[in-house]
Amino acid sequence: MKFFDDIAVGARFELGRHTFGAEDIKAFARRFDPQAFHLDEAAAARSHFGALCASGWHTASMWMRLMVDYQRRDDAARHARGEDVATLGPSPGFRELKWLKPVYVGDTVTYATEVIETRASNSRPDWGIITIRNTGVNQKGEPVISFVSVVFVERRNNGAKKGDKNSAKNSAEGAA
Amino acid sequence: MTQAVPQLAWEDFHPGRTFEHGPCVLPRDEMIAFAREFDPQPMHLDEAAARSTMMDGLSASGWYACCILMKMCADAFVLNSTSMGAPGVDQVKWLKPIRPDDQLTLRATVLDTRASNSRPEMGFVRFNFELFNAAGELVMTLTTSLMLGRRRT
Repeated sequence: MKFFDDIAVGARFELGRHTFGAEDIKAFARRFDPQAFHLDEAAAARSHFGALCASGWHTASMWMRLMVDYQRRDDAARHARGEDVATLGPSPGFRELKWLKPVYVGDTVTYATEVIETRASNSRPDWGIITIRNTGVNQKGEPVISFVSVVFVERRNNGAKKGDKNSAKNSAEGAA
Repeated sequence: MTQAVPQLAWEDFHPGRTFEHGPCVLPRDEMIAFAREFDPQPMHLDEAAARSTMMDGLSASGWYACCILMKMCADAFVLNSTSMGAPGVDQVKWLKPIRPDDQLTLRATVLDTRASNSRPEMGFVRFNFELFNAAGELVMTLTTSLMLGRRRT
């Protein structure tokens, strides 16, 4: 992970892709979203979806997995180059999640993330907050999911700027 | 697969109607298994590593919380309704860490309803969902519109 200070609005990352298999879709649905159109081919065929499709929470959770995998690869590459690696913090939430098209059995979704806003954290001076737009597109190029999330990212040198006494002071208090 | 005729259709949802469900225990094993599969970050996987993170201890992935909320909704009323899924989610706020073995209670409140202009067979019901922990603290909110089939007249 880049440090907050090095992250620019407009930066875009392709995270990876995942193919949703029938058993995969049903196993997830049995645990968390046991509606007939996510569980049973015949019932799904009779529903407005027309065929078995993944729970939207499955599509969304897979974004998280590919995001974590992407960060791990990126961290390994930075370690190999001898660079410091920033910590990715927790997220306060997300908004504007849209399930734009059903994800059917055999669909491959490619996920990407774009930085749309960055701001320093008022309450935690050693962290910054980035707003990202996350998307998933199927093998036909159709968008299937989109949402905007917010996440904490560690600042370089605990957010202390050269000659910025205030920032250094806050940071010391935060660490105490 | 045979299914009973659902009891709740779009017409049965009115602003202010609430549904409650729980408490449901969040077993540590399942919480960690979800994290391993979908969100393998130290704060969701390992007690010792999680202590040095902002979460100050092992906490559930926010996506696991969303999935548990979905399952509780399913059990509260969705499986007994004409649910046609949801087009999305307006907003989710993860307000407090959700800890292993915590007990969560769901409260769903209908905010408003509207018929679909383009599809006369269905309507939308907008909900505010709240998850509370065993101490009664609000740990998560989720607002979304569900699509529900209308009764045949």
